[in-house]
Amino acid sequence: MTEPIDAPWHNRSEPRLMRSERELRNERIRSQALKALWTFMMMVVGVLWLIPFVWVLWTALRPKEAIISNVWSWQWTFDHFIKVWNGAPFAQYYMNTLTISGGVLLVQLVTLTLAAYAFARLRFFGKEVLFMLFLVQIMVPADVLIFSNYHVLKEFGLLDTKLGIMFPYFASAFGIFLLRQAFKQVPYELEEAAVVEGSSRLGILWRIYVPLTRPIYVSFAVVSVSYQWNNFLWPLIVTNSVENRPLTVGLAIFAQSFETGAQWSEVSAATLIVVAPLLVFFLLFQRQFISSFMHSGIKG
Amino acid sequence: MTTAKWGERLKRNGFAWALLLPSLIFLGLFTYYPMLKTAWLSLHQSDLATPKPVFIGFDNYITMFQDAVFQKVFTNNIWFAIGTVPTSMALAFVMALFADKAMRGRGFVRFAYFYPNMIPMIAVANIWLFIYTPQYGLLARFASWFGQSDMSLLGHPDTVMGALVVMLIWKEAGYFMIFYLAGLQNIPKDLYESAAVDGVGVWTVLRRITIPLTMPTTLFVAIVALTNAFKLVDHLWIMTKGGPDNASSLLLYHIYDTAFSFYDQGMGAAMTVVMIVLLLVLSSLQFFGWDKKIHYQ
Repeated sequence: MTEPIDAPWHNRSEPRLMRSERELRNERIRSQALKALWTFMMMVVGVLWLIPFVWVLWTALRPKEAIISNVWSWQWTFDHFIKVWNGAPFAQYYMNTLTISGGVLLVQLVTLTLAAYAFARLRFFGKEVLFMLFLVQIMVPADVLIFSNYHVLKEFGLLDTKLGIMFPYFASAFGIFLLRQAFKQVPYELEEAAVVEGSSRLGILWRIYVPLTRPIYVSFAVVSVSYQWNNFLWPLIVTNSVENRPLTVGLAIFAQSFETGAQWSEVSAATLIVVAPLLVFFLLFQRQFISSFMHSGIKG
Repeated sequence: MTTAKWGERLKRNGFAWALLLPSLIFLGLFTYYPMLKTAWLSLHQSDLATPKPVFIGFDNYITMFQDAVFQKVFTNNIWFAIGTVPTSMALAFVMALFADKAMRGRGFVRFAYFYPNMIPMIAVANIWLFIYTPQYGLLARFASWFGQSDMSLLGHPDTVMGALVVMLIWKEAGYFMIFYLAGLQNIPKDLYESAAVDGVGVWTVLRRITIPLTMPTTLFVAIVALTNAFKLVDHLWIMTKGGPDNASSLLLYHIYDTAFSFYDQGMGAAMTVVMIVLLLVLSSLQFFGWDKKIHYQ
């Protein structure tokens, strides 16, 4: 393999050279074929992955007659969407979900900025213990404590309120650790310079740390809003009225209000109404979403 | 001099604790207090017949572990984990290998693999219910081409778990893929270059470089996947209600059922304690490697 190509014997032993050339070409063809096969297979997986969504979209857009009949056609209609939107309080559900995810995010941003700064830049008594205590929330998430949190909420008299749905998520250990990591990378000299100029600690936090770590805030916001948008079990238990139900609970109730079989078009349309915003945002800001969820991998 | 020092220290400590206080209050109310309350309640009888909790020691736990339904649900959950975790991880790894390097269709596959993660579990359940539903469902129609007429995957105890496992793999694989994407980007490029110079084959590169160097990611993803297998239960409301004959019921769903349908608070608490212990054990595996966390950045 290491002989130089223009070695004298190469010219003399032609058959050998030809064979090695053919071998090389075969090798190349084989590897290219494998690469093509690999690409093809992974594309097929991609198409397979899209099928469930396409199926729902197809069902939601087809007139009822077209679904039942076995004759192929390209007919389509928006009727199901209009019917669903007018027939069930989805507009109200939308407002509720927006209020809940927005409210949670707003409070979280405040609590986590303060706590992250303490963990990143201050030395204080009990830091290690507190750090471990905060970790507990990541290990045992609120999803699991629904049953006991229900009782806490009851003691506060906050059952069936939007505030009640939001309450358990106001502190986010995940967000604190994410932001703490980012704060640690802010050059300390900036803070020192600001101190010399007479800035207060909170002023420094607001004018130096927050702007410099904005991408992390965006990442956290994406993960947090997606989480609230998808949350189901907790709001299901807490809410009992149209005024407070988020989209997920509304969708579940809507889907179950039908007898099986006949109303697939409506359920599909309702499902699309619920998933559309996140999917559209994901389509538009794919990179941002993927990198945000990558951050969610730090888990503290 | 020393008083000034003490004063400074006091001020610094007070400031730090003040910053942490808001978070601590919420964590206390909705994490620590509920956990303690659950542990306490699990040692008491508290149901419709006994509105005021009566101390009964470990009776709830004994009844629970002897209860056939609990055993069934717990075994289900373990099968659910065995079914979803290795497959979705392997798939995620392969997806990442492709999505990382693909020349053509990179944007397409990234979208196609990841978008299920953006769909709420409840909506996923609606979508897949309509795939699995007899007669009108996508699978039933597909099967009818081959002369198979009536199949009800969700209505049969032998097939329901498999059907749900496939659904969860579809939802989760793309989510795990992005961690592998991050992991792959952290592998030094010169390792691959020198392997190429030495003429090392694709499989050897995979076995000797890629798989070992993404091991921390694999460990992390494994724990997230295991945790999810116990946390994700929303789909059961829409698809099966835990049936038929508890064949698809999972631990968290059973807790909900016990506490909110049968109002057996003590038992619900005991099962929640089992769940908490399980999650603590799982995540402590991860936090042993606490210092290696930065490799996702």
